[in-house]
Amino acid sequence: MNLETIKSEIEANVPGCRLEIVPNNSPSGQHSLLIDSETALTVARFLRDAAHLRFDYCSNVTGIDWPGKEISEKVKIKKILDGVEQEVEEIQKTQSAGHLEAVYHLYSMEKKHGPVILRMRTEDRADRIHLPSLTPIWRSAEFQEREIFDLYGIVFDGHPDLRRILMWDGFEDHPMRRDYVEPDDYEYEPTPHDAVLQKAKQHLSETGGR
Amino acid sequence: MDEKLKVELGKQGIFTTTLQELYNWGRRNSLWPLNFGLACCAIEMIATTMARYDLARFGAEVFRPSPRQADLMIVAGTITKKMAPQVVRLYNQMAEPKYVISMGACAISGGPFKQGYNVLKGIDRYIPVDVHIPGCPPRPEALIDAFITLQKQIDEQQLTGVGRPRHLDPDAPSEFIVPQFGPHDLEPPQNPDVWRPPLVNISLAGKNESGND
Amino acid sequence: MSATTAATAHFTPKPSTDGGEGQLLEVSMGPQHPSTHGVFRMDVALDGERVVKLKPVFGYLHRNHEKIAETETYLGSMPYTDRLDYLCSITNNWAYALAVEKLAGIQVPERAEYLRVITGELTRLQNHTSVIGFLLQDMGASGTPLMYAFREREKVLDLFESLTGSRMMCNYMRFGGCRADMPAGWLQQAQKVVEAFPRFLDEFERLLSGNEILMARTQGVGVLSKELAVDAGITGPMLRGSGVNYDIRKVDKYGIYERFSFKVPLGEHGDVYDRYMVRLLEMRESVKILQQAMRDVPPGPIMDAKTKLRGFRPKAGEAYGRIESPKGELGFYLISDGSPNPYRYRVRPPSLVNLTVLEDMCLGQNVADIVVILGSIDFILGEVDR
Ligand code: SF4
Repeated sequence: MNLETIKSEIEANVPGCRLEIVPNNSPSGQHSLLIDSETALTVARFLRDAAHLRFDYCSNVTGIDWPGKEISEKVKIKKILDGVEQEVEEIQKTQSAGHLEAVYHLYSMEKKHGPVILRMRTEDRADRIHLPSLTPIWRSAEFQEREIFDLYGIVFDGHPDLRRILMWDGFEDHPMRRDYVEPDDYEYEPTPHDAVLQKAKQHLSETGGR
Repeated sequence: MDEKLKVELGKQGIFTTTLQELYNWGRRNSLWPLNFGLACCAIEMIATTMARYDLARFGAEVFRPSPRQADLMIVAGTITKKMAPQVVRLYNQMAEPKYVISMGACAISGGPFKQGYNVLKGIDRYIPVDVHIPGCPPRPEALIDAFITLQKQIDEQQLTGVGRPRHLDPDAPSEFIVPQFGPHDLEPPQNPDVWRPPLVNISLAGKNESGND
Repeated sequence: MSATTAATAHFTPKPSTDGGEGQLLEVSMGPQHPSTHGVFRMDVALDGERVVKLKPVFGYLHRNHEKIAETETYLGSMPYTDRLDYLCSITNNWAYALAVEKLAGIQVPERAEYLRVITGELTRLQNHTSVIGFLLQDMGASGTPLMYAFREREKVLDLFESLTGSRMMCNYMRFGGCRADMPAGWLQQAQKVVEAFPRFLDEFERLLSGNEILMARTQGVGVLSKELAVDAGITGPMLRGSGVNYDIRKVDKYGIYERFSFKVPLGEHGDVYDRYMVRLLEMRESVKILQQAMRDVPPGPIMDAKTKLRGFRPKAGEAYGRIESPKGELGFYLISDGSPNPYRYRVRPPSLVNLTVLEDMCLGQNVADIVVILGSIDFILGEVDR
């Protein structure tokens, strides 16, 4: 089943939805569909219920962290230099906010086809991290969304039981984020090598050999 | 008693022993392990008790589900930080005399999962360990070997004096602090009464090349 | 057998909140409980013996596999996959290899495909026997069935050991093929084990399938409806025990599975007994696949010559590869940014998803049934918590 056709079908049936195909250039050719959070539930319900699609089985739900990047662009600016207006090239650096992403892999047990991949993106990584939960459509998303909440910190609105699942309740960080700093407990390495050796050296230099 | 005399008497059908030998013999041959597995190594532990390897030959087949009835804790698997408090609590609940075998690379130092943020880098940070078995997972034979090592250790113990077992020393602790969940890590991250990081010369380490398939 | 054996159970009787005259008893089963096969906890609320609430608590074996994999090379993650579902290291390897192969467009040579099927189905055999053994152990038949199961398992493990060098952590597959070819005489040895297997199954069935106690403890217990199973994303023998015909070996036809003729056993009632039966029948089908594969295995290379394992850098992109592992759908979702390490590495664990319906199956049952239902799910905590 072609993603283009699915996209146009959704657009015909869910008014006001904004969809975008995220191409995937690897040989797997699994392209995905970026959906907006306002109509996400309707889109998901359509995919599940439409008689010829019947994506009744949501297999894999996961999060991805895309931290902000420093983007440097060359811009031409008009400046007054020595009294004359000149065009100067300057490198402008902007910090993009980055975002968190939730990915859903859908299959159909009835029609035995798939996968269709849905993606949703948060606006940034700090406080606008809400996404609608798709648990009302597919129950299988429930625990996996909890896991994303725990490890990435995406807040799923409409989730029945959004608590930490893998880490303990009083834990404060979101360890799967790329900027997570792990606790330093590399006091002693019986057989250090590679990355662990680096961490042990760093620990020892910071604590003065203790 | 003189060893020679004892052997001679034995030949004549007279069996002599000391209280210490009898006591140690009893302790050694009735090590009841706690029925408790953490990860992959636990499967090998189960395999050790099953038909082919048959741990029962060493008096240790009676796996007890309750720590109150167990003498030996086989820490078989990765101890995560979320699990560490329960492991220490289980150890505290066991009655003396009690022993710990730390089975597998994970229980010794974190093993392959050492770099995990939720992995405790060795159970000996919180409780004293009697025998370590390396391996990932150690084979059942290795676990049996650890058993025999532990039995030998018990056999050689003096009941009085400095090296006496912990449960005969009124000053030695038999319970250890249970770590608490903190906002980022366990608190405390190790028990300084049990474990202090040995000073190692890190600059000498890491000479072996990694990446051998 | 009852929850009172739980060492860490905390009994805090609380007045019932629903206005009834009975008191609700809250029991914490686990994380050290003999029936959970590891470190899994359930917060159970009981009205007498009846379960009125059950909340699973995870994370006691969360050892950060996914995070570590982001710092490892693609090849470096292969041994870690062994330790996910540590009863079935080879199928884990397979799922990961399949995902990487999709990501980089690698073709696997013919002989390697056969080796994969042979080792994969042997894995299924030893997993299902062990699981049935554990189920019976939890039911109170302590000793005998598990002894029998492990006796057979050891035979398969011997094969693995002579092929891969390790009993449990085989680390056998590579993207683009397999790591080692069969040593001399291995195939004959394996054939012997496989030929003898149905006899063991007959013995097992004679011992168990018609057993009155087993039937009383399992029939009508822990019923999972078809609709719920699909909605909750259940896969594997559990799904088929509820009567849904969905086997990824048939649906995706990954590898060379379409060359073999085998049936997909289905249950009718979706109870513990059906799940037990589906596993038994699946083993018989696996034996059939094995016989065909061992008959047909062609000579040839076992590794794709073009694939470089060291310094492997797939193009930027993503791929999701999945297989029918003995537990259900095991999938790997990989995102590459062109560097030697995956940018994102995700395991879709069948065990975790299959556990999510535990509460639905246990409500209204007796507390002793929890243990039986749990045993019929077939989960491994290394995979649940990763
Ligand atoms: S040492 Fe290896 S086999 Fe044992 S628990 Fe750790 S990872 Fe698993």
